[in-house]
Amino acid sequence: MTTSDTAATPTRGNSAALRAHRWRRFGVQVACLAVTAFMAIPIYLIAVAAFSSRDALNEFPRALWPSDLSWDTMGTFVSSTGILPAFGNSLIVGVNTLVWSLLVGAPAGYALARYAFRGREPYQLFLLFTRALPIVVLSVPMAQLFLSTGVYDTTTGVTLLHTALALPTTVLITAAVFVAVPRDVEEAAQIFGCSPFSAFVRVVLPLALPGVSAASIFTFVLSWNEVLGAAVLTLNRRTLPGQVLSTLQYSPEAYRFAGGFALIVPAIIFIALMRKYLLNMWGTTLR
Amino acid sequence: MAATQVTEVAPRRRRIPPVVWLIAPSVLFMAALMGWPTISGLIQAFKTGDGFGFDNFARMAADPFFWPAVRNTLLLIVILIPVQFALALGMALLLRAKPKLSGLYFYIWAIPLAVSDLAAGLVWLSIFTDHGYLNSFLSHLGIDGVNWLSYDSNTSMFFAVFIAELWRATSLVLVIVVAGMQGIPKDYDEAAQVFGASYWQRLRHVTLPLLRPSLQVALILRTILAFQTFAVAQALTGRDFPVLVGETYNWYVALRNPSVASALALVILAISMITAIVYLRALRDPSDKGGKR
Repeated sequence: MTTSDTAATPTRGNSAALRAHRWRRFGVQVACLAVTAFMAIPIYLIAVAAFSSRDALNEFPRALWPSDLSWDTMGTFVSSTGILPAFGNSLIVGVNTLVWSLLVGAPAGYALARYAFRGREPYQLFLLFTRALPIVVLSVPMAQLFLSTGVYDTTTGVTLLHTALALPTTVLITAAVFVAVPRDVEEAAQIFGCSPFSAFVRVVLPLALPGVSAASIFTFVLSWNEVLGAAVLTLNRRTLPGQVLSTLQYSPEAYRFAGGFALIVPAIIFIALMRKYLLNMWGTTLR
Repeated sequence: MAATQVTEVAPRRRRIPPVVWLIAPSVLFMAALMGWPTISGLIQAFKTGDGFGFDNFARMAADPFFWPAVRNTLLLIVILIPVQFALALGMALLLRAKPKLSGLYFYIWAIPLAVSDLAAGLVWLSIFTDHGYLNSFLSHLGIDGVNWLSYDSNTSMFFAVFIAELWRATSLVLVIVVAGMQGIPKDYDEAAQVFGASYWQRLRHVTLPLLRPSLQVALILRTILAFQTFAVAQALTGRDFPVLVGETYNWYVALRNPSVASALALVILAISMITAIVYLRALRDPSDKGGKR
């Protein structure tokens, strides 16, 4: 009696535990799918809207699947005044911001990673503080300054603002990247006759390159997405988000949907490119 | 006297440490492009026709859009952030359970991280407009649609902005929380499990306390960013659902009054700073100052 009991319970218990485990896995999968639906369906819908013909957009109820595909909506958006130049401006500002913030920020990141110096803590606090400055606080006075110096309404002006915004993050990310490069290899290179500079260029830089490029993509995204400052600092040489924002009130729905889609495509690509680095970057830089 | 001066100057002239060369450009750059605008904004906000005063602030507060903007911004933050953190935490725990396709899930859940607030607003505009996808969906089900973005329905506009912000900004919290969870050694959780702690007990007493630093950072960052919410509301509702930054933009661009815009910007700065300080105080590690909880 007792033996059969003890023999039976474990198996019964095991199968019950197994069943509970399977149900749990099933529940996790369902929850994951629900969250994925919330995150992905809006992107799907804006894509459908951007590639529907004008007639399909005016219909009600609108089809929830691509029924009447056409390039008209996107075509009209791309060929409307100011969009292509704005796209170019966005690229120019993004690339310039990336280069400037790396040139100014990476050395500071290297210093944070390699040297213990007086003022290190205040410097880091200073970086965190600047990160908390709202963009409006900077852009309104900056616009006044740029108006008086002739930088207003140029890509340079927007680049300066974006570099200032991106700089704290660039310094912190590059510091995390350089910390990950072992000091020994750099010292070994110097022992074998490299100058500190060439040791950096030949040994440290190649090892740090993947992380640094992730940081630069991040900077580019920041600049590509920034709306308010770009809209305040320019009139004619707008970036893409600035252009879309400033024409928002007067534009038909189809134009807005096409604009939304055009702004989202880069996001999908950026995240795909830096998926591997996302956790490292946010994990290490924010602490 | 002269001798001490010489000893002070000589070593500095001999060699400027490389750190200075590395750090100086960034300090100068930020002083010029962040310090200077902040100070000049401060001056402009208080400057009146003759001297300094609170005229700009008075004008700002007298604007019929100002108090609704304050209310909307604060309400959005108070309701959005708890929901957002609960959702992000849930998502991170789901990923920790290592379901199949978790890599793909993480990718899709992280996409909004790179979506600008303007784009997010436009995406949800396609869903919430009168003839948008939500009403179409309801109509397929045989339900009459709701005029979500109607100017006289503050609740449904709030709902639309809330959902759009939840969609856009939860990814940021998620990524910080997931990164934080990866830093927690598995041993703690396993040890608690060996001693018979249930899932909720482990979550409450092991995982959450260890996540505290990550949550704190995410909370501060997210709240400061939430004060800057602007283009989502702008794209969805225009000025029907005013928020603080949107009003600043409006004062500067449409009304061409940089002084009042500066005053508003200062209000936003002050609220952000106060919130950050309150958070830092409230979330201080309890081990620093005895168990307050």
